[in-house]
Amino acid sequence: MTMTRRSLLASSAMAAAAATLPAIPAFAQSGDTIKVGILHSLSGTMAISETTLKDVMLMLIDEQNKKGGLLGKKLEAVVVDPASNWPLFAEKARELITQHKVAATFGCWTSVSRKSVLPVFKELNNILFYPVQYEGEESERNVFYTGAAPNQQAIPAVDYLMSKDGGEVKRWVLAGTDYVYPRTTNKILEAYLLAKGVAKEDIMINYTPFGHSDWQTIVADIKKFGSAGKKTAVVSTINGDANVPFYKELGNAGIKATDIPVVAFSVGEEELAGIDTRPLVGHLAAWNYFQSVKDVANYEFIKKWKDYKKSSKAVTNDPMEAHVIGFNMWIKAVEKAKTTAPDAVIDAIVGVEVPNLTGGISKMLPNHHITKPVLIGEIRADGQFDVVWQTKDLVPGDAWTDHLEGSKDLEADWVNLKCGNYNTKLKKCG
Amino acid sequence: MRIIRLPLTALRRLASCLFLGLFLLNGVQMQGAQAGPLEDAAALFAKDSFTDTARAIELLADSGAAHAGPAIEALNDRRLFVAADQTVYFRDATGAFIALISGAKLPAEPTGGTGVRVNNRIRSSINTALGTLTLQAPDPAKRRAAAEAVFKSRSPDSETALQAAIRNEKIAAIRDIQQTALAAIIATSPNRSDIDRLAAIEVLKERGDREALTPLNQIPDSAGANVKDAAKAAAQTITNRLATWSAVQNAWYGVSLGSVLLLAAIGLAITFGVMGIINMAHGEMVMIGAYATFIIQEIIRQNAPGLFEYSLAIAIPAAFLIAGTIGIAMERLVIRHLYGRPLETLLATWGISLILMQATRTLFGPTNREVGAPAFMSGSFRIGLIDITYGRVWIVGFALVVFFAVLALLRFTPLGLQMRAVTQNRRMAASMGIRTARVDALTFGLGSGIAGLAGVALSQIDNVSPNLGQSYIIDSFMVVVFGGVGNLWGTLVAALSLGIANKFLEPFAGAVLGKIALLVFIILFIQKRPRGLFALKGRAVEQ
Repeated sequence: MTMTRRSLLASSAMAAAAATLPAIPAFAQSGDTIKVGILHSLSGTMAISETTLKDVMLMLIDEQNKKGGLLGKKLEAVVVDPASNWPLFAEKARELITQHKVAATFGCWTSVSRKSVLPVFKELNNILFYPVQYEGEESERNVFYTGAAPNQQAIPAVDYLMSKDGGEVKRWVLAGTDYVYPRTTNKILEAYLLAKGVAKEDIMINYTPFGHSDWQTIVADIKKFGSAGKKTAVVSTINGDANVPFYKELGNAGIKATDIPVVAFSVGEEELAGIDTRPLVGHLAAWNYFQSVKDVANYEFIKKWKDYKKSSKAVTNDPMEAHVIGFNMWIKAVEKAKTTAPDAVIDAIVGVEVPNLTGGISKMLPNHHITKPVLIGEIRADGQFDVVWQTKDLVPGDAWTDHLEGSKDLEADWVNLKCGNYNTKLKKCG
Repeated sequence: MRIIRLPLTALRRLASCLFLGLFLLNGVQMQGAQAGPLEDAAALFAKDSFTDTARAIELLADSGAAHAGPAIEALNDRRLFVAADQTVYFRDATGAFIALISGAKLPAEPTGGTGVRVNNRIRSSINTALGTLTLQAPDPAKRRAAAEAVFKSRSPDSETALQAAIRNEKIAAIRDIQQTALAAIIATSPNRSDIDRLAAIEVLKERGDREALTPLNQIPDSAGANVKDAAKAAAQTITNRLATWSAVQNAWYGVSLGSVLLLAAIGLAITFGVMGIINMAHGEMVMIGAYATFIIQEIIRQNAPGLFEYSLAIAIPAAFLIAGTIGIAMERLVIRHLYGRPLETLLATWGISLILMQATRTLFGPTNREVGAPAFMSGSFRIGLIDITYGRVWIVGFALVVFFAVLALLRFTPLGLQMRAVTQNRRMAASMGIRTARVDALTFGLGSGIAGLAGVALSQIDNVSPNLGQSYIIDSFMVVVFGGVGNLWGTLVAALSLGIANKFLEPFAGAVLGKIALLVFIILFIQKRPRGLFALKGRAVEQ
């Protein structure tokens, strides 16, 4: 769901403002603690999504400390604010590792922020847990991807819409914001749809700039595209901020989910909090977690979260669950390795299994992605989702998609091959 | 009615080879009056699979039971439950619990009731079933909606009910919709004579809108070649008409986008255009106006829900006052010390913009806030072949009202006179006894207040989040510079022409390229005419 700044100008100013802020350690006492870095934007455009992730990490660390900490030591959260500024992400990551000597970092949201910190984590050999669904095509030794890869979100969503229950969709609009995540996802989806026998003229691809707010033309185009006599659906990789005006325009134009359903990969409970969802009932979202999932572990988590936020209205969402899984996996791996040394933890964590919040057990795979269930939810009038479909088993995350030339021969395996992009045809790494 | 209808339905099903076995069985059971369709429907509802639920809805709709309609409506609103002992029941509009099979009131809610799940596919079935059931409802609005629902679903099962409805319909407009619905069914379902189909295609061509295209594109392969050609020709006629109308549509979209640009830019036309202050915090004034709307709505929601329809009307003065006051404070505290130093003003107002954004984020949280639309602003109407949404019409009207109000204020009021005097020649105005400092503050307050008004309108179409203003600041400057600094009419013309140009470019170039093309155009234009469309002449220019 990678969103980004609207203007470069504003971001540099934001950076200037935020750079002067020091890191805020959550605990004042130093002493013998294990430090955990939290690298989420607390100001700027991305604050809308990332602030809650910081809070959920603080809650988890707090809880772990109440249970007695880790390896007999207390955990200490180190919160820094990269202020939605991509270069600042790299600086703050460096600060976390070199100055604060954190054992692991939980953070980033946009793909570009992740790409920006990658060299730092590689150079300083530390660990990053990345909690957001992303475009795939990457596997790094120092990064653990707890969000969904395309095969854990986009492909199953399209499969559902092609099924009888999903309405047997024959014609597709791939609408996205113009940047790397939608472009890559749509490339994968287009290849997949063509392979499934969808004609080229039955696919319409549309990109809009960040923060696009005037959707009249595009909604009219979608309506036009949908009147060709074949069931039509929209697959939306539109970024969070532009979604509200998009959905408002859909509602105004009277496009109901029964006419042209929209399945979104970036719209969750948080984003819907700002919209009147009554005209949107039935539009879909594909995630690996919904707040409405009926499971004891989920109920407990929601209760804890609401207590922590001291608000009965606080909502939970998919990236939060990813952090819960990632954090618990890290705890288990550290306990298994009996040290927080990154190399030992990286070796120990593969194969670690922890319960997720939807009733399954997620496992860390050798490609540093995890197994997750895929859920399709329909928007309800109260802003929550109804799960209408879900995979029977957990789906293992695939770093390199099988649907694109150039990627389908690649394999990531950090246990046996020790390589993030092993070419199975050429039999070599890189 | 029943006796005639059932075998007919059964026959059609037979022909269409759908649910063959089920329906034969169903027909037999009907005559036996033992386990009726309601029992079957109940059993299917209890199975919790969408396919079974869809079938249950059809059974229920065909059952003719008096409570079938309410039961299906209940399913739509998720008030249909399956109890632990498999009893299927629903909660009716009065809150009473009704058993599905008997239609009788239950003394108490059965235990362990779980709602029957609904998805889009089920919702479509519900629309079809309810449409068929309510085709002859006493309420004309319901009948119209029912006819439209049947037209959309094109389900052959509705045909008999539709024909009966056409016979009884008194209102010509509704009968027309029913006729097109019947035509859509005949054109798209299998095993019809070519003559019937040709007549149906003619009716659809008559309707001539985008919705009519869908059935025309769905003529079954079994139809004769002449039918297919006729359908193709009809579709082509409609497409051509739509193409003509799409120019009108683009123009309207352009006007509507232009009005949003105008609203955002009028305030800036005063602070930047008239006073010459490069106000980077202009967008945040818009944002504050939107948050003011949110606060007003929250207060109304909690204290006087009955006033919700008027919430925007109440928010207009509130937003103006709040944003205006903050503007005056900004001018008095910061900007007045920086007159004549544009670079420092730019940096200072930028700083203020960041402070205001982060303050809003701290105060209201980083997430979007919901601002509701009053009923009169939701929905759309149709002119010719284009749909126009009420919300946009109101925004266009509002933008024009604000524009002319500002124009009148500058022209006909003493304050306007003083403002113009001060901006044209400050020293002479001061010599004439005008308190220039006060006028400066009021002018800046007015510009900020108008930005607040823009916020009220934008809360209806955009995110109410701390970043709201960011997306409009560049557009606003673009409009003011393009229109000619210091000229309100220039702002109007620039906003509308940029809006329309954008909307005519977008279908060809796409949203991203369209925006780039527009920016390039403005850069070139400014090279040629540095003072914009309507340059001020005379002494004011020299300042």
